Amino acid sequence: MNRNRNAFYNGIRDGVPIALGYFAVAFSLGIVAKKAGLNPFQGFISSLLNHASAGEYAEFTVIIANAPYIEMAFVILVTNIRYLLMSCALSQKFDLGTSLFHRLLVGFGITDEIFGISIGRAGALNPYYNYGAMAIALPSWSLGTALGIVAGNILPVSIVSALSVALYGMFIAIIVPVSKTNKIVGGVVILSFLASFLVSRISLFNKMSDSMKISLLTVLIAGLAAFFFPVKDTEADAKNTTKEALEYDA
Amino acid sequence: MTHNIYLYILTAAVVSCLIRVLPLTLIRGKIRNPFIRSFLYYVPYVTLAVMTFPAIVAAPQIPFAGILALAIGIAAAWKGMNMISIAVLCCAVVFVCESAAAYIL
Repeated sequence: MNRNRNAFYNGIRDGVPIALGYFAVAFSLGIVAKKAGLNPFQGFISSLLNHASAGEYAEFTVIIANAPYIEMAFVILVTNIRYLLMSCALSQKFDLGTSLFHRLLVGFGITDEIFGISIGRAGALNPYYNYGAMAIALPSWSLGTALGIVAGNILPVSIVSALSVALYGMFIAIIVPVSKTNKIVGGVVILSFLASFLVSRISLFNKMSDSMKISLLTVLIAGLAAFFFPVKDTEADAKNTTKEALEYDA
Repeated sequence: MTHNIYLYILTAAVVSCLIRVLPLTLIRGKIRNPFIRSFLYYVPYVTLAVMTFPAIVAAPQIPFAGILALAIGIAAAWKGMNMISIAVLCCAVVFVCESAAAYIL
């Protein structure tokens, strides 16, 4: 029990910068939601249930276009397909006996950022860590959207601009330490930077949504890395357990 | 034909929930296939790297502020700074950079 409570508190702690970043991004998302005719309550509900930046942006454009519901389903499937990969990856972080309830709830709470911090945890994943992060990040995301609908452009541009990089700072904090100790991961990260930059520059890919680009590059680069540099199971597992042991000692 | 906003929201919510939940509930055991295991090991790092760059350059008003935030963020993470501090540091870099630019220009 104590362990679960600790994990919950750690989740809240790591969720704070996510929540701050979310608030700023959701605020600007609220401005789009307002254009789509959503009231603050609808914006709040949408963000609480869907909680995906690119996905919700797409959602609002579908509403603006007054398109059929089936188109909504398809657009969301395409823009959010990367969560399918993240969910697969997280399934491997769980203890075998993790109950259906925990699996459903952790799955529901997957966002880019919550996935990022939970996959960065040492050892098997404690669902309560995710609940802690969700408990602070998801309300912030939903409230930010609602407030964006109400208040439009109330925050100074300089603050919104500064907050917009908070999320990326967290991503850097996850990928750099592993790249430092593991040369192959480091190489894969550099390759990912380059490929992502190229794809953003080549006009051929302009019509593709950002989420689609992310999914495509992920499958391609992770696939190549797995083919040329397969990971030794025992190696990864052993490293995880010692790290976890250290963490609990500290 | 007009559509109901709540039905739109519900459709979006159901689809994104299924995408997130299905693999976690259906994949019950450890995957033994070495290729798939390795693939899933690399997925998070590739995804996060692809999402970070070049998006971090496009996010602030001045691209240079984003580049500087990226460089300083990487250096800080290399030195072992913790996650929250790096996030705050990146924000501060952009804020200072843009304030300075506004002052100079």
